[in-house]
Amino acid sequence: MIDILIAIFSTIGALAIFFASLGILRMPDFYLRLSVTVKAATLGVGLLLLCAAILFPDISVTTKAIAITFFLIITSPIAAHMIGRAAYFTGTPLWKGTIIDELAGMYNKETHELESNPQNKEEITAENDQIADTEEETK
Amino acid sequence: MSLATYFDYFILPILAVSVILVFIRLIKGPRVVDRVIALDLIITIGIGIITVFTIRSDQKVLLDVAIILALIAFLGTVAFSAYIEKQEND
Repeated sequence: MIDILIAIFSTIGALAIFFASLGILRMPDFYLRLSVTVKAATLGVGLLLLCAAILFPDISVTTKAIAITFFLIITSPIAAHMIGRAAYFTGTPLWKGTIIDELAGMYNKETHELESNPQNKEEITAENDQIADTEEETK
Repeated sequence: MSLATYFDYFILPILAVSVILVFIRLIKGPRVVDRVIALDLIITIGIGIITVFTIRSDQKVLLDVAIILALIAFLGTVAFSAYIEKQEND
């Protein structure tokens, strides 16, 4: 019974990690790659750690597995947010099929603050948004 | 089929192939931020591999290494993004 449970959990976990790595290779731009990586990999590693927690009849292993899962769930969205913000500031282009770049003109370039209604907001045009013009820019 | 052979012949090969796929993205780039998230994902998959190896070899001490790796992955990504953002600022 426990063997079947372990097999199911580890299969789902390994496949989630595999899809995350497939996504980071195949997705067309940085932001889509980021959104694939964080969620799927955290789910996969969490399920593998759950297998270890079930298999060992030992409280120290269970505590460590829960601690690692908790830490990953807490920290990976923070890291993803910070690297996404740094990428937008350094001008990483969005995929050319992106409909709208809602952050265009909203960031103060000097103080690095996000404003919802900037004073001297210029009109969003095809020139000042970060949507790529060709497929090769983001590949 | 026992659970041990299932781990050896199905779970571990999938994780190894995943690391290779992410490594291709780490080499290709094209920007620094792509490489940073590829490195982060490699370390996260490494935690998974360590967990499976813990189960297979029955050595529960190895989970301590997984804790340290989770810490290093987070700190590395945060440090990289802080410096990348600052570099644009000067």
